[in-house]
Amino acid sequence: MGDTQKEKAHLPVFTMDYARIQVPFEFTLWVLLASFAKIGFHIYHKITIWIPESCLLISVGLVVGAIMHAVKEEPPAVLNSDVFFLFMLPLIVLDNGYFMPTRPFFENIGTVLWYAVVGTLWNSIGIGMSLFAICQFEVFGVQDINLQENLLFASIISTVDPVAALNVFEDIGVNEQTYIVIFGEGLFNDAVTVVLYNMFTYLAALPVVEPTDVFVGTARFFLVALGGVLFGLLFGFVAAFTTRFTHNVRQIEPLFVFMYSYLAYLVAECFAISSVMALLTCAITMKYYVEENVSQRSCTTIRHVVKMLATISETLIFFFLGVVTITTEHEWNWAYILFTLLFAFLWRGIGILVLTQIINPFRTISLNFKDQFGLAYGGLRGAICFALVFTLPDNINRKNLFVTASVAVIIFTVFIQGISIRPIVEYMNIRKTNKDVNNINVEVHTRMMEHVLSGIEDLCGQWSHYYWKDKFKKFNDHVLRRILIRDNRAESSIVALYKKLELQVAIGLLDGPMGDLSAAPSIVSLHDERKEATRPKKKFLAADVRKMQDILSKNMYKIRQKTMNYTNKYNLPDDSRTREILIRRHASIRHSLRAESFRELVGFLFQRALSVRYFHHPITYVEHLSNLTPRSSSRSHVPMRRLNTIKETGNTATSSQPHSPPPGVDALDRGPGSLEGSSPQGRKVLVPAPKRRLLDQVDSGEEDPADSEPVQPPHLPPPGGWAPENQDPRANETLLRDPSQWSRASGRP
Amino acid sequence: MGSRASTLLRDEEIEEIKKETGFSHSQITRLYSRFTSLDKGENGTLSREDFQRIPELAINPLGDRIINAFFPEGEDQVNFRGFMRTLAHFRPIEDNEKSKNAAVSEPLNSRTNKLMFAFRLYDLDRDDKISRDELLQVLRMMVGVNISDDQLGSIADRTIQEADTNGDNSISFNEFIKVLEKVDVEQKMSIRFLH
Repeated sequence: MGDTQKEKAHLPVFTMDYARIQVPFEFTLWVLLASFAKIGFHIYHKITIWIPESCLLISVGLVVGAIMHAVKEEPPAVLNSDVFFLFMLPLIVLDNGYFMPTRPFFENIGTVLWYAVVGTLWNSIGIGMSLFAICQFEVFGVQDINLQENLLFASIISTVDPVAALNVFEDIGVNEQTYIVIFGEGLFNDAVTVVLYNMFTYLAALPVVEPTDVFVGTARFFLVALGGVLFGLLFGFVAAFTTRFTHNVRQIEPLFVFMYSYLAYLVAECFAISSVMALLTCAITMKYYVEENVSQRSCTTIRHVVKMLATISETLIFFFLGVVTITTEHEWNWAYILFTLLFAFLWRGIGILVLTQIINPFRTISLNFKDQFGLAYGGLRGAICFALVFTLPDNINRKNLFVTASVAVIIFTVFIQGISIRPIVEYMNIRKTNKDVNNINVEVHTRMMEHVLSGIEDLCGQWSHYYWKDKFKKFNDHVLRRILIRDNRAESSIVALYKKLELQVAIGLLDGPMGDLSAAPSIVSLHDERKEATRPKKKFLAADVRKMQDILSKNMYKIRQKTMNYTNKYNLPDDSRTREILIRRHASIRHSLRAESFRELVGFLFQRALSVRYFHHPITYVEHLSNLTPRSSSRSHVPMRRLNTIKETGNTATSSQPHSPPPGVDALDRGPGSLEGSSPQGRKVLVPAPKRRLLDQVDSGEEDPADSEPVQPPHLPPPGGWAPENQDPRANETLLRDPSQWSRASGRP
Repeated sequence: MGSRASTLLRDEEIEEIKKETGFSHSQITRLYSRFTSLDKGENGTLSREDFQRIPELAINPLGDRIINAFFPEGEDQVNFRGFMRTLAHFRPIEDNEKSKNAAVSEPLNSRTNKLMFAFRLYDLDRDDKISRDELLQVLRMMVGVNISDDQLGSIADRTIQEADTNGDNSISFNEFIKVLEKVDVEQKMSIRFLH
């Protein structure tokens, strides 16, 4: 032992203390491994089209589990009840709530809740009862499972997690109603299931169940759900209110979102109220106001972090599922498991059918059989189901059987249903359309008609429950927004996006060459050469035609789906299509303006500045005036002069009214419509005089707009509703009441 | 809905609109409340800006054209009658209407009128022909940025070629009707208006 004594005297050069870091280290490794798996999937993107991500994750988990089993390792015993309920579930739910498309959701809220609540109850009770009936048969050997335990298991199994189905529906373009119903159902039945789970766990521990217990249980259910909503609202409003004052501490703004939501969750858990509902409501409430108060960077940060955390959580659960499948003790009982599968499928199908029949008369758009099939078949089971069953208390005998059965159901639905749903849905649709090889006309014109139809629907505000929405909007504008938003201006999110695009395009113009940003043919070309008849007739082969049809079907914009951008669970919302359309609208206007009158250098310079100026005003003026507040947009202290005009008389007429936009704006934001609607008699464009200042302003405008400066750069607000710009009433008046300038200017070429 | 006395909807007006467009009483009232909510200026007419304020129209590829369709030639304001007249094109065709008195001029939502509406969306200069350029414009609006001008030009050429029967290199209204004869236009251009 002399050596060790000598060693102790020296400072050790190299030591290893694994035990100390073990837990965080292994956690990090697991997360990293799951993330590598995700990277791997997306390398070849075609895979994710045909095989849902959940499948892939489970497969990788299975592989890892097999390896671990081979080397006789145990998976880390981290997935216990507390870890799941306190850490993993809130993250998933926060993601669900934060990225929920509120408008379609609230428009369909009755149906969604109907399917989520009543549907889940129906499924749980149905499956539970049937399984209990099966248990009575001695031949299957499961007699010792009593009713409560069956119900408990059934409630776990009825949770659907339709993410994979949603992705398919989105790609195929399933109609919005089905989409939002299945999405909302997936969201809310988490809440319902957790409540049922707790209730049945409690009941399962009781030796005998009295009818009063059932009654109490039902009452408790409603109390719990409503309590959750109230808590969520409370925390949501407090969070929104807090962010009103955070403009000086922008770095920690995202923190508030997370802390408040988590608080809502924990407090609700403490009182045994539905924490999932609380968190959902909190996220939905908070998002709307918070996104208007915080800076752009915070907004982006929040979204990214929410997505990231949720992805980690879900990935881990699926991964774990795969691992656990191999490594745990399974109890396999053919009868029970097969019947579980059968009943799960059966009851869901019947449930959807019956429920739809009941609710269809109350809906403006009925769900037809195809929709119902999609709903029923899309009911995949997923992460929550597994986690719930895995964390069952050990006093449930036959827990292993339950685990095995759940895993079997999950793997079956995720793999078989998940992979097959795409071909089936496509087949169901394809049968209808009549792909006539020789007819491109049909394709083009029908798509055009679809766009028109969806536009008219939006115009009529068809899908809103208009009365309540209007009332809520009034309440919102007058009361809530005043309190909760720092700088109150009613602004739609599309306006914010518009502004962001303007800024981008404007900066692009200033940076790059004055080249052609858009491919849109200008109005000029329309009237330039009408003699296309001289073009020789081309010969088109059938192959050409097919290729054209291909090109068209791949590239034509699909009609708007309000939900589309929001519900791809693994990705952030994608607004690139919207951007494309908006950018091109701007570009085509600019293109035509440019082609018309700017030949001189002066004109060239004016236009550079113009592109910034002009983008400001139309939207902000329109939006401002819609609020009936006489506040103008940015500080254009410069009198705007018009070069030429479209409709002189019409403009002056409208300008005399207090609430219509100033004519200069008129011409421009009527730009797209008037460009195409009337023959170009020339156009008035706003020409700001000190272009130099504007160029400066654009650059500085990129920075955080919240600080007001004496020079007042054009604070184009960040997307998603930012802190709005400061206003300068003077400029508005200048524009409105300067008819003399127009008449002066109208003589110019 | 009743605070602006000058723009209240009188019963006689409702009757007239009903006769002209075929909407039911409750549909008209409902659409009127939508009209007034869009009418921020509260002057009983809608301008183009009012339409452009609808967010979904801004991101509809054909949004501008749709808005334009509401405004009669050369005008900038549309009143409720005009609004309803345009919307009437989208009323579904009901069976019992087909047997109506033939003396009444063709209802606004007949198949021909629906097709005329669609045709007018292409044909901006109202010369009753869709020229190659007009077609190209609409195509460009509907298609993403990935298609080159050449490809789009070929598609437009092919479209005209398929439809054009009299060789003038443009699509007339009759040719348009002919080409879409197999398409269920009644369904594609109808929406179920809420009661």
